[in-house]
Amino acid sequence: MNLYQEVILDHNKKPRNWGTLSNPTHQAEGLNPLCGDRIWLMLEVMDESIVDIAVDGESCAICKASASMMTLSVKGKPLKLAEELTSVFRKMVLGEHNESDESQLGRLKIFQGIKDLPSRVKCAVLPWHTLQAAVNSQGRISTEGSDDPISS
Amino acid sequence: MNDPTIFRKPNNRKLDVSEIRKDFPILQTSVKGNPLVYLDNAASSHMPQCVIDRISEYHLSEHSNIHRAVHKLSEEATAKFEESRTIVKEFLNARDEKEIIFTRGTTGGINLVAKSYGEKFLREGDEVLISHLEHHSNIVPWQMLCQKVGAELKVIPVTQEGEVDLEEYKSMLSTKTKFLSLTHVSNALGTVLPIKTMIKEARSYGIPVLVDGAQGVPHMTIDLRDIDCDFYVFSGHKMCGPSGVGVLYGKEELLNKMDPYEGGGDMILSVTFEKTLYNKIPYKFEAGTPPIAQAIGLGRAVNYLQSIGLNQINQHEKELLAYATKRLDEISGLTIIGRSKHKAGVISFVMDGVHPHDVGTLLNDKGVAVRTGHHCAQPTMQRFGVPATTRASFYLYNTISDIDQLINGIHSIKKIFD
Ligand SMILES: Cc1ncc(COP(=O)(O)O)c(C=O)c1O
Repeated sequence: MNLYQEVILDHNKKPRNWGTLSNPTHQAEGLNPLCGDRIWLMLEVMDESIVDIAVDGESCAICKASASMMTLSVKGKPLKLAEELTSVFRKMVLGEHNESDESQLGRLKIFQGIKDLPSRVKCAVLPWHTLQAAVNSQGRISTEGSDDPISS
Repeated sequence: MNDPTIFRKPNNRKLDVSEIRKDFPILQTSVKGNPLVYLDNAASSHMPQCVIDRISEYHLSEHSNIHRAVHKLSEEATAKFEESRTIVKEFLNARDEKEIIFTRGTTGGINLVAKSYGEKFLREGDEVLISHLEHHSNIVPWQMLCQKVGAELKVIPVTQEGEVDLEEYKSMLSTKTKFLSLTHVSNALGTVLPIKTMIKEARSYGIPVLVDGAQGVPHMTIDLRDIDCDFYVFSGHKMCGPSGVGVLYGKEELLNKMDPYEGGGDMILSVTFEKTLYNKIPYKFEAGTPPIAQAIGLGRAVNYLQSIGLNQINQHEKELLAYATKRLDEISGLTIIGRSKHKAGVISFVMDGVHPHDVGTLLNDKGVAVRTGHHCAQPTMQRFGVPATTRASFYLYNTISDIDQLINGIHSIKKIFD
């Protein structure tokens, strides 16, 4: 499956919810030192729901498109659902998801092919882990080192 | 095993690349239905059939531990291992086999020197000098040393072209400088450093010099007596040899003064619980069972390179570099990083609006293997304000057509991201 499909290229070119929020309640920075991806994520959370989300930064197309599509999937949704989606997305890029997971993923399934590119899995999953870091007030996560979300 | 490639004599003619390619079985493989175009030689090069055969022959009929038993296999393995040492010594024009220490690679060699020389002779207030073009393996061991002994790590700046700033370098040398560690060739940008000039300057202060030759030895004739450094290190896997083995050359006088690096078997003369007498060099620095098969394979790789001729290889890579530079320069929105007048067959570049990782993945779809990322040289990347580059690096078996495949690949990526 070709990863660089129209949808991904489009989100890379015109990432949605890109920029910053004026009143974030949560934020975190996500780093992938191996390829130099660096994103900042801001959330406005009210009543356990993501009211608003914004991402900014410099990254490869896979990471950027993944971040952009993630914002569309979680905006306006309860934190709990975002957490579930993170876990399902993570399972998908590692090739460990099942059919019931698939229905939850919807358009995010476009990233399925990445499981055949182990060196790029971290690019796709970085926004999701940055989202969890923001929710958990972790401040900063990195794909390398002790807080590497993929190998841990 | 009779091996015709060993008897191929180097001559002054151009390389017969199509003949050479036949020596490398892996070059006949394909990736995603495309013939493999391997342009990641700075990370690791491939082994010719004769090296693969030599290693396999060792496992089939010679394997045993060395320097220990009196039985036939052990004596044979010892002889072959030591023969490799001689091959390497002659290849580098070192004075004596004693000066050739087998390590696990470049990284192993640098750590050995940082510890065995550095910890013994460097003190608080001393300075260690490196360049801004170093691989992490020639940065971190010195940083660790400096932290331990209270010395200071100083970095020689590089110009926009990616060359070492020689004026700055001279002004940084002082009686406080107690070690200079330089890469021969930058793995990230391809810059060939003027190490002979730099070593001469350091000599006037009596500063010991280590040269990281990981990207030097595979690609040019190395004459250690002419270069006159104190230490020279490199890896087998970047010069048609196997991984897991490398070489540390050190001047006898210095090696004798240094403490052992690791303790264990082979590096001792006698052991009691009260006192251990250390073996003489090179064995003092080869504790435990060394990578025997790999060292023997490395010896064969050296013979192979000699049969082709390092000057011829160097010339061939220069032609590839010139062609690749010209073709890449024609592509709008593409910037080559590193424009030194003296470059090895390494070319690093960035493209407007396309991250190197996407470039690497998409080139792989066309069968073109390049390296993307920071190339274990993050400070070099920072100097040029990029998080990563795409790097193509050439070797004796690469062709003009390989570069054409690279260029075609880049054009198709530009279309995708347009
Ligand atoms: C200039 C330079 N120094 C050191 C190294 C480290 O070599 P190794 O990983 O074989 O120890 C490399 C290889 O990547 C290199 O290119």
